[in-house]
Amino acid sequence: MLSFTEFLADLSNPLLTFLPKALLIAVMSSVVCGVIGCYVVLRGMAFIGDAVAHAVFPGLAVAFVLQGSLVLGGMVAGVLTAVLVAVFSQNRRLKEDSVIGIFFAAAFALGIVIISRSPGYAGSLQSFLFGSITGIPDEDVYTVAGAGAVLLLAALAIHKEIVAASLDREMARSMGLPVFAIDLTLYVMVTIAVVVSVQTIGNILVLALLITPAATARLLTDRLGLMMVLAPVLGAAAALIGVYLSWSLDLPTGGTIVLTSTVLFLITWAIAPKHGMLGRILPAHVHHARADVRDLDPVG
Amino acid sequence: MSTRPRPGATPALRVQDLAVDLGGRPVLHNVSLDVDAGELVGLVGPNGAGKTTLLRAVLALVRTRAGAVRIDGDTSRRARTQVGYVPQRHEFSWDFPISVEGVVLTGRVGSIGWLRRPGVDDYRAVREALDKVRMTDLRHRTVGELSGGQRQRVLVARALALRPRLLLLDEPFTGLDIPTQELLTDLFLDLSSEGRALLMTTHDLTGARHACSRLCLINRTVIADGPPQELTDPDVWIRTFGFRTGSPLLTQLGVS
Repeated sequence: MLSFTEFLADLSNPLLTFLPKALLIAVMSSVVCGVIGCYVVLRGMAFIGDAVAHAVFPGLAVAFVLQGSLVLGGMVAGVLTAVLVAVFSQNRRLKEDSVIGIFFAAAFALGIVIISRSPGYAGSLQSFLFGSITGIPDEDVYTVAGAGAVLLLAALAIHKEIVAASLDREMARSMGLPVFAIDLTLYVMVTIAVVVSVQTIGNILVLALLITPAATARLLTDRLGLMMVLAPVLGAAAALIGVYLSWSLDLPTGGTIVLTSTVLFLITWAIAPKHGMLGRILPAHVHHARADVRDLDPVG
Repeated sequence: MSTRPRPGATPALRVQDLAVDLGGRPVLHNVSLDVDAGELVGLVGPNGAGKTTLLRAVLALVRTRAGAVRIDGDTSRRARTQVGYVPQRHEFSWDFPISVEGVVLTGRVGSIGWLRRPGVDDYRAVREALDKVRMTDLRHRTVGELSGGQRQRVLVARALALRPRLLLLDEPFTGLDIPTQELLTDLFLDLSSEGRALLMTTHDLTGARHACSRLCLINRTVIADGPPQELTDPDVWIRTFGFRTGSPLLTQLGVS
C-alpha cells in the first residue's frame, strides 16, 4: 500500500494527470452533493435522488449513441424525469413514491433499450454504472466546477424559501410562496448534482454522495446551517480518503469513496449516542440547563 | 339565525355567499360570515363540515365556486400577507433541525421577499411574537424537543411574526391537555383584546362556549352564528352535529 506522501507525489506526477483531475472532480462532486443532500435527507427525498440517478441513464445512453456530451444528455433526461415526477405528484391520489417508482424504472428501462442498440455497449455500460476515474476530459472538470458553483449559489439564493416550504407546505402556500415551483427547482438541483457526479462515482453509487454525508451531519447537529457545512466537509473527506485508498490499493474508485463515507457514518452513529451530541456539548448546554428550570413553569 | 348586521368599519374578514367544491363535490355553500377586529370567533361543526376548507378558502388556497372573501375589504390573494395562519400541528415537520426562533422567522419569508435576507424589522417582529406567546426563554431550543403546548405556541408565534390583523387557527386545542388549552385560550383572548380578529376551528364545544365572543355553527353552510349565550335553541345544535333529541351533550352545553 502506498503511503499518503507517495500518493501526493503521484498526484503531482506529470504522467498521471488523470489522478489529480479525478480527485478534483470527486471532491467537487462531494461538496455539491453534500450541500444539496441536506435538503434531500431532511425532506425524506432519498428515493427521488435514487430515481434521478437512474433517470439520467437514458440521457447518457442517447448522448453516447449520438457521440454528444454525456453531462448534457444526462442533465436533460434527469431534469425531464424530475419534472414529470413533480407534475404527477401533484395528484393527491398517488403518493410521490409511487410516481417516482414508475418513472425511474421506465427511464432506466429506456436507457437499457437505447444502449443495447449501439455496438460494443457492455464496456461503456459498466463505466456508466460504476464510474471511472480515467479518461475524464478537461472540459468535464470545468463543467462540474461551473455547474457546482451555480448550484451552490442557487441553494444560497432560495434557501429560506426551501426551508419554509419544507417545514410546512400549507403555511408556505398561505404566505404566497410558489411551493410547486420551489419543489421543482429543488428536484432540478438534485438532478444536476447527480449528473455532475455520475462521471466519477457511477450511476448506482451516486446516491451515497447525496445521502450519506448529509445523514452523518444530521447525527452531529440540530442546526441546519451547521449541517450544511458539515455535510460537504464529510463528503470531501470521504472523497479524498476514497481516492487515496482506491489508488494505493487498486480498488474501484466509486465503491471505495462510498465505503469510506459509510464508515464515517457508522463511526458517527456509534460515538454520537444521542443525535445532536456536538450541539449539546457547545454553549447551548448552559442554555438548556437554564431553560429546563424554567420549564417547570408551564408557561415556559 | 344568520350573521348579525354590524354597523361601522369594514370587518377584518368578510365571507359572502361562499361556495367551494372539492373533487367535484360541494363542500361549502352559501357561507356568509364576518369577523371583526377584537373578536374571537369559534368555528364549530362535525368532522367533514368544511371548517378547514373554509379557512383555506379565506387564504385563497382552494378555488371557490361562488361568493367572495374580503380581508380588510381587500381580496384574500392581495391581503394574505396580513393574515396569520396556524395550521394543524401535524402539518409541520417537527423533525427538522431548526430552532424555535428559526421557525418563527420562517413566518416572514413571504414578506421578506426573494433574494433578500431578513432585516432588523424582521428580527424585531420575531422577538415580539416570541414574547407574546412567552417562548422567549426557549427561543434557541430545537423544535423537535418541545412539548405539544409549546409547539402550538411556536406555530402561533410564527403566524404573529407577520403582525397580522386577522389570525386563522385550525384546531389549536386538539391533543392538548386542559391546562395547556387554558393557557392558549388566555393567549387568544389577549390577542383579540389587542384588536386582532381571530377565527378558530375547534372540537371543544364547552371550551369554545366559554372563551369565544361568538360561535359560528357550521355544517356545509352556516347553521347559526351568534354569541354563545344566545345559541340556546337545541335545534341548531342538533342540525349542526346530528345529536339525538335529548342527548346528554345538549344538557352539557346548557341548551336543552
